[in-house]
Amino acid sequence: MTWIPPLLVAIPLLGAVFAAGLDHITPTVVQDALVVAASAATTAFAFLLLWHAENHEVVHWFGGWQTRHGVALGIDFAVGPLAAGMCAVIGIVVTLALLYSLTFLREAARLFDALMLVALAAMCGFAMSGDLFNLFVWLELMGVAAYALTGFTVERLGPVQGAVNYAITNGVGGYLFAIGIALLYARTGALNLAQIGNTLSHGPAGGLVIFAMTLLFCGLLIKGAVVPFHLWAADAYAVAPSPVCAVLGGVMTDIGLIGVARLYWTVFDAPFGHGHAVGDVLLWLGLVTAVLAGVMAFLQRHLKRMLAYSVLCHIGIMLAGIGLLDSAGLAGAELMFLAHALLTAGLFFVAGILHVDHTRIDELHLHGLGRGCWVPAAAWLAGTIGLIGTPYIGIYLGHGLIDEGANHVGRPWVIGLLWLGSALAGAALLRAGARIFLGWGDADDPLLGEPLEEDPRERRVIRPLLVGVAVTAVVLGVAVSLVPGLGQRAEYAADRFRDRSGYAARVLRDRPMAPPQSLPVTIRHTSFESLLYGGGATIFAIGLAGIGLYRRRLPHSVAVAAGRTLAPPISVLRGLHSGVVGDYVTWVAVGTAVTGGVWALLLHG
Amino acid sequence: MSYLPYAVAAWLCLVGLFGVATSRNLIHLAICLTVTQSSSYVLLLAVGYVKHGRAPIFKGIKLGTPAVDPVVQALTLTDVVVSVVVVALILALALDAHRLSGTVDPDEIADISG
Repeated sequence: MTWIPPLLVAIPLLGAVFAAGLDHITPTVVQDALVVAASAATTAFAFLLLWHAENHEVVHWFGGWQTRHGVALGIDFAVGPLAAGMCAVIGIVVTLALLYSLTFLREAARLFDALMLVALAAMCGFAMSGDLFNLFVWLELMGVAAYALTGFTVERLGPVQGAVNYAITNGVGGYLFAIGIALLYARTGALNLAQIGNTLSHGPAGGLVIFAMTLLFCGLLIKGAVVPFHLWAADAYAVAPSPVCAVLGGVMTDIGLIGVARLYWTVFDAPFGHGHAVGDVLLWLGLVTAVLAGVMAFLQRHLKRMLAYSVLCHIGIMLAGIGLLDSAGLAGAELMFLAHALLTAGLFFVAGILHVDHTRIDELHLHGLGRGCWVPAAAWLAGTIGLIGTPYIGIYLGHGLIDEGANHVGRPWVIGLLWLGSALAGAALLRAGARIFLGWGDADDPLLGEPLEEDPRERRVIRPLLVGVAVTAVVLGVAVSLVPGLGQRAEYAADRFRDRSGYAARVLRDRPMAPPQSLPVTIRHTSFESLLYGGGATIFAIGLAGIGLYRRRLPHSVAVAAGRTLAPPISVLRGLHSGVVGDYVTWVAVGTAVTGGVWALLLHG
Repeated sequence: MSYLPYAVAAWLCLVGLFGVATSRNLIHLAICLTVTQSSSYVLLLAVGYVKHGRAPIFKGIKLGTPAVDPVVQALTLTDVVVSVVVVALILALALDAHRLSGTVDPDEIADISG
């Protein structure tokens, strides 16, 4: 079955070539059908790959350059259940986004479809690659497609700013990654991940490896929009067209985290796996991201910007799950990725529908305008509840498994903070939903800052199609925690993903892997503690959303005291998100230096 | 082994980043990005360099003749291609920024914040 992995890249790339090349020759219907078919076929093959990756890592060596005596000569795709599952989710989200954009972006050139397919191919390639330099190439390819997609509608300054900030910050990230590759190659003489890991497992690691790891991880964390490398994300997501946001926010940001996990468990687990220093730094970055992004989400009035911060919040939780360096934590991150990708995409789709209906995307401008749109309202509510992690809805199971992981490795204090993050972001989304679809709350709130310029363009769309796509995404996302057997399979995939020596033996020596025991097909239950946290987070989010809506009705003394304590930190936070790319690059440099310094201290001492 | 190429690579990287962080002109900024990127070319070539090594063309030469590492050259070439694409895109966006606002100062096109 080693012929499947290359298809996940080849099909969308060929589709992109045809979409771009035959633009003026074929009728629009054929074009649309071709593009959607390419994306759907990629998804179908990803599921087939998932099926085959159950027993063994599926390894494909390009051009038949097999290994000789355990030395990699060629370049490989090595796909386990986690990578194949990622590809399947990416395929679903891109297919939904393409369906949505059939009418939403009808006036856009066919290059849009081509760029989306290139992004799909690059994301799949990144998830499957077993070669360090290939990771870089896929990373840059998806980046370039994404910059172009962000600045796709350049009729206002906003998209230009968003795309410029995105391209420059991520460009710098790519260069850090490239330098990290060069250093690691200098140290090990290998580019194959399994082989680098094997080489580093002999002898002490030294400062060079720590330096290389810092550059590689920070490069990926820029892509993954983790604090303090996250500043570009909200600018880019606020201006990109909704279907593009669904892809960027739903799956592309998360790709950076998968890169971190992949590199850690194939390479850096070998020299640093005996301690917990690498994981703890990632855990802290994740915690800060989750809480800070939750707060920032609550301070937004632009729906897509709010959703962007909600994405960052979940990114933080997933990074914390990975940073626990535990199977349950990684499995939780996987399940959260799955649910959050679909739900976030669904909410971006709903935001797009509101924009089409009312040519507005601002929570306060839309006040009460959504009354009577019951289907989008229900989708928004379900998506929001799913993103908080109310018991057995949406991301709940992911949260629950991360809780288990935190207890395993003796860091139970992270659990509350992670739930706080998703509750804060959820409160913002609930507040926006109540204001828009129910007309609750005040029509103005100075806490939320100035309105952003809005795109006044009218669109002629097939509205039922947009609503259908949005509902599909939300329903799939909400159901994740209730799919029988999914939790157990995620844990098994995480175990396989973390097995460095098993992976290396499979890739370099073609050894069979230990076959899985039969996994039960029941709903994975979580601890009672998670149930309490999930319920508590939901109540907290509803309460906070209520305060957000009716802030003026608070007793005067409480309001004054809260304003006095909260106003300075809020204005500092807002000031940090300045929209100027020079500041962002400075934060990247500082963040990289500090992260590297901490690792040097912890790992060398 | 000479440390000079490594020092040059580090200098290029830092000075390029400084340029990106302080630039007031998008075109200047794009050039600063290529300076940063150049540090990885220098580093890669320094890593693969072998003293008195030949170019890595192995046809008709004796087995065991020292040659520089061909892999890093392939990596550098790929790196160049990638960098050109990113820079081209930023220049295109700079053009759009100028068309829409008459300026290419990243501080002045900062429309969204907070």
